[in-house]
Amino acid sequence: MSAQEIRNYSMNFGPQHPAAHGVLRLVLEMDGETVVKADPHIGLLHRATEKLAESKPYNQSIGYMDRLDYVSMMCNEHGYVRAIENLLGIEAPIRAQYIRTMFDEITRILNHLMWVGSNALDLGAMAVFLYAFREREELMDCYEAVSGARMHATYYRPGGVYRDLPNQMSQYRESPWHKGKDLKRLNQWREGSMLDFLDAFTDDFPTKVDEYEELLTNNRIWKQRTVGIGVVSPEHAKAWGMTGAMLRGSGIEWDLRKKQPYAAYDQVDFDIPVGVNGDCYDRYLVRMEEMRQSNRIIKQCVKWLRENSGPVMLSNYKVAPPSREEMKRDMEALIHHFKLFTEGYGVPAGESYAAVEAPKGEFGVYMISDGANKPFRVKVRAPGFAHLSSMDSIVSGHMLADVVAMIGTYDIVFGEVDR
Amino acid sequence: MSDTQANSLAERLVARFGDTLSKVETVRGETTAELAPADLLAVATALRDEAEFRFEELVDVCGVDYLGFGQDEWETATVSGTGFSRGVTGQAQGRFSWSERPNVTGTPRRFASVMHLLSLTHNRRLRLRVYAEDEAMPMVPSVTGIWPIANWFERESFDLYGIVYEGHPDLRRILTDYGFVGHPFRKDFPLIGNVEVRYDPEKQRVIYEPVTSVVPRVLVPRVIREDADLQQARAEAADNWREN
Repeated sequence: MSAQEIRNYSMNFGPQHPAAHGVLRLVLEMDGETVVKADPHIGLLHRATEKLAESKPYNQSIGYMDRLDYVSMMCNEHGYVRAIENLLGIEAPIRAQYIRTMFDEITRILNHLMWVGSNALDLGAMAVFLYAFREREELMDCYEAVSGARMHATYYRPGGVYRDLPNQMSQYRESPWHKGKDLKRLNQWREGSMLDFLDAFTDDFPTKVDEYEELLTNNRIWKQRTVGIGVVSPEHAKAWGMTGAMLRGSGIEWDLRKKQPYAAYDQVDFDIPVGVNGDCYDRYLVRMEEMRQSNRIIKQCVKWLRENSGPVMLSNYKVAPPSREEMKRDMEALIHHFKLFTEGYGVPAGESYAAVEAPKGEFGVYMISDGANKPFRVKVRAPGFAHLSSMDSIVSGHMLADVVAMIGTYDIVFGEVDR
Repeated sequence: MSDTQANSLAERLVARFGDTLSKVETVRGETTAELAPADLLAVATALRDEAEFRFEELVDVCGVDYLGFGQDEWETATVSGTGFSRGVTGQAQGRFSWSERPNVTGTPRRFASVMHLLSLTHNRRLRLRVYAEDEAMPMVPSVTGIWPIANWFERESFDLYGIVYEGHPDLRRILTDYGFVGHPFRKDFPLIGNVEVRYDPEKQRVIYEPVTSVVPRVLVPRVIREDADLQQARAEAADNWREN
């Protein structure tokens, strides 16, 4: 038998592949089943959000932030709004800070539910996805209750939040799909206000996390696919600028909510889970524990919000619009309203970088103002972009199937990677 | 990150690097240092490795185009006696198409590369700004050798602003289309873009052509009020400025 020539070959993964989490195109150089080099091609969802933001008054870009990382909407808004607040030198009222804290954590649970479901789906477990979406539905109803939109809320505004929490949680109506006992069960938490609903939800949610863990944590196949896969050493994590669960999975206790607290995070009690081995399994465990901790934070916020009322928006009409009633009787308020919605507000010249601990890592907004009513430059620092860039350094030497596990563990969403 | 810490960071930077840093300032607790491209690598290495700085993480690299900084399009000081419009014909990015784009030369210190560093050890942040010396061919040294994460951030900045990072191992476009022409985030690049795509039934493939489906327009003009620092606004809003 003559000697055969063995060559590496290139393989195209995506952009239309169910495990590519959107529009990732990976050009993989393969040696048999082993990856030699991975070259992610991104930008297929590039919408020039930053340039669009330069062409609009400040408030009109809040909605674009929702559409960056479209599974952790309000955390993105929080980063953007904080950058503006820094430059303006304003601070939201305390009640708004608590509402923001609560919704950041609701968002974290939303994000991690999406992540655990889709990551399990990538690695061959169908059921988790269905379980996770059951609770996502409840939390998206909270989004809808405060803002009217299930995902793209535009709820945070410079100076506070758009409006106070609703007194009545929306209920399911009778329909051919929801009726009788089923309807009663669906509505049992929804008799009172949104806070009552969240109270019931947070009482129940830890058992739901137990259910997801029951499906995965000791699952032999899940462990075979994740333990020892995609190991990130602490040095590697620092060199590649990792943040969030990617960093904590490698054993570095770093969380902006603790280290550089914003909103009401210094008022609430929670713990930061860290991993030991830095593999996909540890990052899974970290995220599961983060959901339990978020649940704790929501519970504390609900308690505080019940006991304390107050404004949720500044009454500084140079930045925040006056109320409808005020507009009707006060000429000054009417003028302010008109100016705010036609021209917007000017922001003093300067620059600021505001970072929040988004579910995926550090989400930062670097904003340069030259004193105009539109930002001069907005740069969005997306955690997914930074994480994905380390792809090649981690997956080379792994098997092809581990690339899928790695894409999953990065928790990337192309809305923020491509911006 | 308290103010005293940040202040002492600025002082320590001056003490350690002296005239190498052309400007060090702390505003609102955020420290910014400016330096020349030639000094960047030495300073960045020191910032990462020396015990008093320890900026282990590079958080972000971002290109900035300072063309038209501080220019507005709306007359706020005087009202015209001849018409109703206060509009000032400007070259704002919404007002021109690709074929009418302005030809801008001779703007010194137009492009800058801004880096954000984070020290996990000391829980501190630092911003480094490097102005490219030549605006026709902006060049800045690459920090990929110091923080490998800079790789994609610099590719992005190159793609969007055309800043060339010297010593970058793989300086390709990253976000824009394969075969894209121009650097879309420059201020002299039109907001509506340069090409659009559509399916041509005759050729039976997708074709690229100049943008015709969108007309350049500005909905809200760019306004810089006399009270840009909001001194008067603050006074009017009185106690309501900061909190209720």
